[in-house]
Amino acid sequence: MMPLLDCDHLSIQFGGLTAVADFHLSMEPRQLVGLIGPNGAGKTTIFNMLTGVYQPTSGEIRVEGRAVAGRKPSGIAALGVARTFQNIRLFKELSVLDNVKIGGHIHYRYSGAVALLHTSRFKDVEREAEREAMELLQIFDLDRRAHALARNLSYGDQRRLEIARALAARPKLLLLDEPAAGLNTGETIELMNKIHEIRDRFELAILLIEHNMELVMGICERILVLSFGKTIAEGTPQAIRSNPVVIEAYLGEPAEAET
Amino acid sequence: MKRLPWWLRDSIYLVVFVAALIGVSYGLHAIPIQGMAYYRRVLVLMGINIILAVSLNIINGHAGQFSLGHAGFMAVGAYFAAYVTVYYFGPYVNNMPEGTGQWIAQNGLLLLAVILGGIVAAIAGYVVGLPSLRLRGDYLAIVTLGFGEIIRVIILNIDKVGAARGLTGIPSWSNFFWVFFFCGLTIFASWRLVNSSVGRAFLAVREDEVAAEAMGVDTTKYKVKAFVIGSFFAGAAGALFAHYTPAYLNPTMFTFIRSFEVIAMVVLGGLGSISGSVLAAILLTFLPEGLRAAKDVLHMTKDPRMVIYSLMLIVLMLTRPQGLLGRRELWQVLARRKDTIPQEGRDQGDADDKLDRDAGPPVQ
Amino acid sequence: MQEFLQNLLNGVAVGAIYALIALGYTMVYGILKLINFAHGDIFMLGAFVGFYSGGWAAVHMQDKAGTWWSWPIAAAVMLLAMIACGLFGYLTERIAYRPLRNAPRIASLITAIGVSFFLEYGGQFVFGPDPKFFPTLVEKHLIRFAGIVTTNYQIIVLVVALIFMALLQFLIYGTKFGRAMRAVSFNFETASLMGIPTDRIISTTFIVGSVLAAVGGILYGLSYPKIDPLMGIMPGLKAFIAAVLGGIGNVPGAVVGGLIIGIVESFVGGSSFSSYRDAIAFVILIAILLFRPSGLFGKYQPEKV
Repeated sequence: MMPLLDCDHLSIQFGGLTAVADFHLSMEPRQLVGLIGPNGAGKTTIFNMLTGVYQPTSGEIRVEGRAVAGRKPSGIAALGVARTFQNIRLFKELSVLDNVKIGGHIHYRYSGAVALLHTSRFKDVEREAEREAMELLQIFDLDRRAHALARNLSYGDQRRLEIARALAARPKLLLLDEPAAGLNTGETIELMNKIHEIRDRFELAILLIEHNMELVMGICERILVLSFGKTIAEGTPQAIRSNPVVIEAYLGEPAEAET
Repeated sequence: MKRLPWWLRDSIYLVVFVAALIGVSYGLHAIPIQGMAYYRRVLVLMGINIILAVSLNIINGHAGQFSLGHAGFMAVGAYFAAYVTVYYFGPYVNNMPEGTGQWIAQNGLLLLAVILGGIVAAIAGYVVGLPSLRLRGDYLAIVTLGFGEIIRVIILNIDKVGAARGLTGIPSWSNFFWVFFFCGLTIFASWRLVNSSVGRAFLAVREDEVAAEAMGVDTTKYKVKAFVIGSFFAGAAGALFAHYTPAYLNPTMFTFIRSFEVIAMVVLGGLGSISGSVLAAILLTFLPEGLRAAKDVLHMTKDPRMVIYSLMLIVLMLTRPQGLLGRRELWQVLARRKDTIPQEGRDQGDADDKLDRDAGPPVQ
Repeated sequence: MQEFLQNLLNGVAVGAIYALIALGYTMVYGILKLINFAHGDIFMLGAFVGFYSGGWAAVHMQDKAGTWWSWPIAAAVMLLAMIACGLFGYLTERIAYRPLRNAPRIASLITAIGVSFFLEYGGQFVFGPDPKFFPTLVEKHLIRFAGIVTTNYQIIVLVVALIFMALLQFLIYGTKFGRAMRAVSFNFETASLMGIPTDRIISTTFIVGSVLAAVGGILYGLSYPKIDPLMGIMPGLKAFIAAVLGGIGNVPGAVVGGLIIGIVESFVGGSSFSSYRDAIAFVILIAILLFRPSGLFGKYQPEKV
């Protein structure tokens, strides 16, 4: 059985700087993996390689056996990989509903001719797109604000909208980049529950980058620790928590990092 | 109405529209006001400007790609259509006996010429767009400007279409009906596109290309699509212009200044707003005429129109850069849905939109 | 061979003027990431200030024409143009660009185009649209060597351009102020956090660029005496292309770019494709942007996601 995600010897260099060296990761469906490490360790760079924003200088990435190398990000999204961004990248001037509809673009497109003529295909697809989008918004309690502009949402709502948008792409692998950034304790717990909920409901594999140790330790089944582009530890939350190499990299107990 | 099969419903729209146009067209000819011909003329020029503005709005406003070469595509459409009529369609129609047959041929061939002009302009849009659309904002603007100039210089060197002397002998088959027919077509197409998955893809590309790609939108494909569609209508506008009295073409009609006039309309109306582009095109067609009248009344010898024009644009950018309607359509602004009205203001550019001072060179 | 050298010399002379204008574009872009469309029209303004002041001198100082007096008079004319353009550049930035620093990019672009048109059509309105003839500030002498014919004008252009480029080089790399300019062009936010008065740096950059454009305008008027209010459009665009060719934001690059464009144009103009001379710069632009968008000396900096 092919793994859902398979990264092998993944490296990338920018000029003389090696941002990521020899990264390995293998994931199966329904797994929840966390990627942690100090700032600048290369975590988002890995996300960018996984989604085709950067081309690795060496190594391979395969999604369900299909090579990712050389594809545009839109092509990789079509393979079933969706993501959120560290600094929220919503379509600010568009409505909440439109944001999610665009998330589902891969599944709801049609040609310009169909758009111009409003054929029955157009009507069917649009109806489906709207229905699915509203369903996703309901999961995140955003359906009441469906027609609000994304830029008018509260910070927490915007973060949730980004996840809803990513889900609209019906991914098999969901990449969450610091989903808990800026959330308070209550919101973080809500997020943890939501992540479990969507993992179960949509049978996703989820890879997340986080600095919030409560969240990481709380929901991840497996954690990789990155430092200066190299994986310095990999294991269960308990193993990572007590790993001296990890503690050293963070200069302090991981549990203290967020208070 | 919604229960009918789409082709029947669309056909009904078409018939009603055409009938209304014919009615208005006859009405305008029947009004016994002095100087009506002049007003009709201004209306037709306004119609052409509307087509240009709405089509540019698809590229600049919906897809967010800053094109400064729209006049070039207009020129391609104008010259190609004129070439076809001057050398082929025109003689054919002239050799026909007068009567309904000739009338049908004339109008049918005009329609064909305009569509052909649009298609060739769309091809030019594809050729220009494909390599250029990797470039970022200001650079895309300069490259499109460059292409516009190159197109003009090429036309300047083609003897068969008159080169620097200009092209005469174009049959003046264009009239109120055809210009406003295409006007309606352009607005209709733009509206239907923007409210579809294609339009949403355009908007996504405009808002955030990186996020759009991540969501599976092939940004290059859609940028080129916007370019091609916008260029088609620009070419059609050019073809209609070429066949409207005095039915004369000269490369100097399609310089960067013409592109800029269209940009001014789109920006004034509000980038992304179809009704805004229409309104602004109307305003900016009548304004120079109004200024011309004022100039005559004030007995000024020198023509201050362009100076006022450019000042107006500067002031507009400084006070209300989002234009009249921003990104909303007229009825949305009037309906004042609080939640959906963006908080307009000068400091509304977000991190990627602003002059990104730490960004490097122009390629994505 | 002689034709080759002749074209080369002509190309370098024109290229030097393009380079002077290109420097202004590249500096402003380096600092603000703004293409100052109106820059070419500042060049035009310089030529016109030269026209009016030189004309005044020609009338009121007739007795001094042809003597060694013509040099300081010419220098004074140039200085006047430099001051006028510097002022104009400063005002443009203060009034039209500074308020839009935080607005979407397109607003600044439109405003810049608006300012450009305002200068062009305003120029037509104030000066009259018909071409004027630039006064002869210095007597023209033909110089022949190695079978080429040149005028002392071309030598003057080269020498003056070189002097100002050297001055600029000193300013940017040899003064504290220049260091501040470079800091701001590297990273605007950090520079301001470090206490650099960014507004003042930006204003000064505009002034310096405009001064150089003024020099270019005077030199151009000297070499090609027919001037008109729209004369800045083409040289402005070509100078911008030169800046892009050299790597926008890169100062020596702008000079190299200007020279290359001048030389290529000169050769094309002397060949059978002469009617395409004006288009060749655009072809070069498209070629660079397609194959090496960061320019000859620029660096590729990927966008941070």
